[in-house]
Amino acid sequence: MAGQTLYDKLWSQHLVKERDDGTALIYIDRQLLHEVTSPQAFEGLRLAGRRPWRIDANLATPDHNVPTTVKERAEGNAGIKDPVSLIQVQTLDDNCVEFGIEEFKINDPRQGIVHVVGPEQGATLPGMTVVCGDSHTATHGAFAALAHGIGTSEVEHVLATQCLLAQKMKNMQVRVEGSLGTGVTAKDVVLAIIGRIGTAGGTGYAIEFAGSAIRELSMEGRMTVCNMAIEAGARVGLIAVDDTTIDYLRDRHYAPTGEQWEAAVADWRALVSDDDARFDTVVTLDAAEIEPQVSWGTSPEMVTGISGEVPDPAEAADETTQRGYTRALEYMGLAPKQKITDIRLDKVFIGSCTNSRIEDLREAAKVARGKKVADSIKLAMIVPGSGLVKRQAEAEGLDRVFIEAGFEWREPGCSMCLAMNADKLGAGEHCASTSNRNFEGRQGFGGRTHLVSPAMAAAAAIAGHFVDVRQVDVSPAAQEA
Amino acid sequence: MNKFERAEGLVAPLDRANVDTDLIIPKQFLKSIKRTGFGVNLFDELRYLDEGQPGQDVANRPLNPDFVLNQPRYQGASVLLARRNFGCGSSREHAPWALEDYGFRVVIAPSFADIFYNNAFKNGLLLVTLPEETVDRLFAEVEASEGYRLDVDLEHQRVITPAGEILEFEVDAFRKQCLLEGLDDIGITLKDEDAIRAFEEKHRAARPWLFRDSAQA
Ligand code: SF4
Repeated sequence: MAGQTLYDKLWSQHLVKERDDGTALIYIDRQLLHEVTSPQAFEGLRLAGRRPWRIDANLATPDHNVPTTVKERAEGNAGIKDPVSLIQVQTLDDNCVEFGIEEFKINDPRQGIVHVVGPEQGATLPGMTVVCGDSHTATHGAFAALAHGIGTSEVEHVLATQCLLAQKMKNMQVRVEGSLGTGVTAKDVVLAIIGRIGTAGGTGYAIEFAGSAIRELSMEGRMTVCNMAIEAGARVGLIAVDDTTIDYLRDRHYAPTGEQWEAAVADWRALVSDDDARFDTVVTLDAAEIEPQVSWGTSPEMVTGISGEVPDPAEAADETTQRGYTRALEYMGLAPKQKITDIRLDKVFIGSCTNSRIEDLREAAKVARGKKVADSIKLAMIVPGSGLVKRQAEAEGLDRVFIEAGFEWREPGCSMCLAMNADKLGAGEHCASTSNRNFEGRQGFGGRTHLVSPAMAAAAAIAGHFVDVRQVDVSPAAQEA
Repeated sequence: MNKFERAEGLVAPLDRANVDTDLIIPKQFLKSIKRTGFGVNLFDELRYLDEGQPGQDVANRPLNPDFVLNQPRYQGASVLLARRNFGCGSSREHAPWALEDYGFRVVIAPSFADIFYNNAFKNGLLLVTLPEETVDRLFAEVEASEGYRLDVDLEHQRVITPAGEILEFEVDAFRKQCLLEGLDDIGITLKDEDAIRAFEEKHRAARPWLFRDSAQA
């Protein structure tokens, strides 16, 4: 018998029951909750007179609607000016109290974007099944956890039964071999992958990211890659356990300790695909060929390297693609064959569950140190992923670097990633954003999003247009200036 | 859950690939804590010329005359014909809630995104996957004849065109049964309560660190 993939192992470790028709009941170890996709689930429980199956499996925090300005945050929930947003956050608080679920409330230092908070607390562990009513739950797969986004009915189902109805996915392996060039980051890797396989390329698959370039990434970088598996259509992204994984987890709040830690580590070491495991599809990329990426269109697959240009719809492969390109260029206000470095920007957003961890902020600070945001930029904001990331950054003095360069230093939350709070783009504004979706209107009605890495976003803020971060001077001399 | 057996209705064509859930229902409407009332904001950014706000009366908002659902010939449509990778992006269940609240019972496309697919079935919205060439042909037929209707029969897994042509489709047996009988997933799962408890015991014994209440203090 052929060996098992990592996904196969995680699946069989959680299989409660398989039905004849291929649907299965899988056991869920951790559910993360936030204010947007949970109220109807709790309401459903109440209406049916049900209680959560296992309270300690759940962890909640508000993130999508919370304001990120210091002044409003100081007031706690009362600082949420939009009454509809306030009700949603308040409803999460009330539901957590009613059902006894642990919540990091708006001004708890542990509050933040669910996908930053879970790993940071050690609430995401290798070998777990993790779900959340949010498609970027794929992030947690960086820890060799089987993690995916679910809908609100499924949130209710997991609350009530600790299980999910699921169907086994197919296995895809994406190998990135070789070493990344300087200035090329995890974000560029995943954008390049999506550019290659397309936004539906991973539909129906669990993608395992492998290869030497992936192994060399830090946990933060691995989370960035898995986070965007969903942008390639895959609900699940996975990376095998190694020393990097284990070192990251040691001493995290919810991680096991003592003998249990030893036993857990021994167990986690097996969370890798067997050498003879069979994947349904294998895609290989050469790390050396990946350059810093910039998305030009309204789908994450509409992406190219910094030295590239906007495509000409006339040269598209088929008619549907051509129509898509034409429509995207019109929405984005770009011309065919326009150089990427000629795209001028109005706003810059560094944050989101893709790129708001400490390493991301360090990368951006390296570029911003001693420089000034261009006058033409109306707003450049840095939104840390959690209260703890914010504290860490402040301890390292990164907040000073950003503020001196002219960036706004904000409080943690989803912020302009989806603009459910007050942070948004105006119609027609171009934004260099470290988030994960460049869909029409995602960052504000008529807003134009370009997805990039934190270093590229910082460099663009300083230049006022996209530049190749590999050519930006980050020498100590420049940093002193 | 809503039952679905058969739907016969007017078809509206949405000629665009990769329609994401942000487009189906923009984020400002996700602030509601209810499951209903999303229909007036379905495709909000395509449908209206201004930026919509939750709770706003839509009667006075300027409609985009070019958007397909605003054209008189498609009023009252209950079948949406779409392109590949429909429903990609965010996991918001508000997307199927909005489609249903508007009056759609069925979406036909060459492919759907995974999470959206699950969410739709859980809400009694039937998704029919047909080959790309067939969908191309249906787009041409819809555009060519005003009042074009399709009859979608879940029981026999077929779509019947006005000309009487029968297009068969696949749907997995469990989802089909749930839809036909309007079954509540949670109720079905809880019938396996004993199996879940037994699994949980074994799982806890093997990997106690996964359970915060069994972790060492
Ligand atoms: S940061 Fe953006 S993508 Fe991530 S959970 Fe928040 S809204 Fe979703």
